[in-house]
Amino acid sequence: MAAKTDNFQHPDYYLMDDMLTDEHKLIRDTARAWVKKEVTPIIEQACQDAKFPKQWIKGLGEIGAFGPYIPTEYGGAGLDQISYGLLMQELERGDSGLRSTASVQSSLVMYPIYTYGSEEQRKKYLPKLATGEMMGCFGLTEPDHGSNPSGMLTNFKDMGDHYLLNGAKMWISNAPFADIAVVWAKDDAGDIRGIIVERGYAGFTTPETHGKWSLRASSTGELVFDNVKVPKENLLPNVKGLKGPLGCLNSARFGIAWGAIGAAMDCYDSALNYAKERIQFGKPIAGFQLTQKKLAEMITEITKAQLLCHRLGTLKNEHRATPAQISMAKRNSVNMALEVAREARQIHGGMGITGEYPIMRHMMNLESVVTYEGTHDIHLLITGMDITGLNAFN
Amino acid sequence: MKILVCISKAPDTTTKVVFKDANTAFVEENVTWILNPYDEWYALVRALELKEAQGGNVTVLNVGAADNEAIIRKAFALGADDAVRIDAEPTDAFVTASNIASYAKDKNYDLILFGKETINYNGGEVGGMVAELLDLTYVSMASKLDIAGGVATMERDITNGVEIIEAKLPLVISAQKGMAEQRIPNMRGIMAARSKTIETVAANGASALSVTKQFELPAEKSGCKYYTADQMDELVQALHAEAKVI
Repeated sequence: MAAKTDNFQHPDYYLMDDMLTDEHKLIRDTARAWVKKEVTPIIEQACQDAKFPKQWIKGLGEIGAFGPYIPTEYGGAGLDQISYGLLMQELERGDSGLRSTASVQSSLVMYPIYTYGSEEQRKKYLPKLATGEMMGCFGLTEPDHGSNPSGMLTNFKDMGDHYLLNGAKMWISNAPFADIAVVWAKDDAGDIRGIIVERGYAGFTTPETHGKWSLRASSTGELVFDNVKVPKENLLPNVKGLKGPLGCLNSARFGIAWGAIGAAMDCYDSALNYAKERIQFGKPIAGFQLTQKKLAEMITEITKAQLLCHRLGTLKNEHRATPAQISMAKRNSVNMALEVAREARQIHGGMGITGEYPIMRHMMNLESVVTYEGTHDIHLLITGMDITGLNAFN
Repeated sequence: MKILVCISKAPDTTTKVVFKDANTAFVEENVTWILNPYDEWYALVRALELKEAQGGNVTVLNVGAADNEAIIRKAFALGADDAVRIDAEPTDAFVTASNIASYAKDKNYDLILFGKETINYNGGEVGGMVAELLDLTYVSMASKLDIAGGVATMERDITNGVEIIEAKLPLVISAQKGMAEQRIPNMRGIMAARSKTIETVAANGASALSVTKQFELPAEKSGCKYYTADQMDELVQALHAEAKVI
């Protein structure tokens, strides 16, 4: 497949760029330039082949996509949350699988080590994770425990001089090539704890999940622990209970809320250009009311999501963003992006299903994003519980 | 080696170009400004490569108002060591060149690099003027640049071929496509850019020698016309009479 010129320009209907600093714009434009150079030319083929292009890892490290908000003394970039959001937006504009790889490394591996880890753990892992020299993954979901992680079966026993870990985790992004896994498992008392498992520990395997119709350029697998001896210093000392993994997910969901806007922007950009060029009945299809309805609704929803995420970013910078607010943004953005992708697909007609345009790839990716890191429905219940004070989960 | 790279801002290539005041002024509202690609991709990146290979220092210089600092920060993010902004309105090429020359005249730069032109005005005049004002050798539109033993070897693209030129330093050069590959800033560079300071220098008071009287946009392109296989005569007639290509 011939590489096409990527002329993407983000829509900015409400002049949101005025709300960004010069540094924010430089970070965003840098990520966009990198995506245009390194991702666009090969993404379609990578998805067709269901292969994660490993050469992206170094570039992601260089543009600061791994742990952008981690302090510089640990190798991060020390950036604010809006910078993190913009980075995720640009990466997901390229592909949700690419953004997933970066999200996992930043929010699900570096964040817990930084937030819950010991000083030794921070120094040992974070600088290498920031450059991509070391890659990580996050083990929470199990075959029988997705939306209800507190029911997890994976556990470890205190054997005196080490822990003995048993269990299995499923749907783990980056698992097949990760050097370390931040695993959530129950201790002898039944409390959920975080533990770092390194590749090479006997009994630890990461079989790859094949046959996905979504996130095909991202590597997904399982984590299997069969009597794995884990050194005691690998336990994350500063958190106990479900709030550990949920804290990580807050950070990741915030990134997804921004990221999905990127996918929506790419679909909109493609649909708008296509509609202006595609002639039917003697004029561009953009001149027909039903096409304009689709395009006008797309830009309206994208603009609303941008404003929501920007406000959420400001709250997060001030440490005032609540988990329920983040749930609302994740749910809104991903659903919006999925709707935009579907409408954009219709505007492209048959062309929309081919790899010549990014639409179908984004749409299939978003079918994962809409349920991972808290499903569309679960996030609704989080908002419901937040406003009523009543738990409708069980 | 002491290198000065003169950088300019230019509207992003997707900018919708609109004029005001009876077509005498460009409407700058909501325009996204970028570092002029010829200055960035070729002149600045080649300067940085030479510094990395041979040691030295790269200073970027911009003539313009304080809101140009965003593009100067990008030059920092790419790896420039120092930056100077001359606080003058670059009303024409002479004002720009005169201010650059006033600043550079006692700084002993080995190389002064420009992009071959800005992508909005396409003037390509400033480099030559600076060379003249400083009484230095000038090579325009170089597509390759190597330096060894105080001598620069350059290539220039000429019709159906390449011209190879040698000249002793110090030297003023304008850079053309081919001199370097676009570089993407990395996060270390963006963070380093935070703490670097931009030196601001007062304008030298030079006045413009030329005035833009008016801008004109190209005529609207007419839409595509389709001719069927049995309309060959009409097609030939249209190519001859309307498009005037045959």
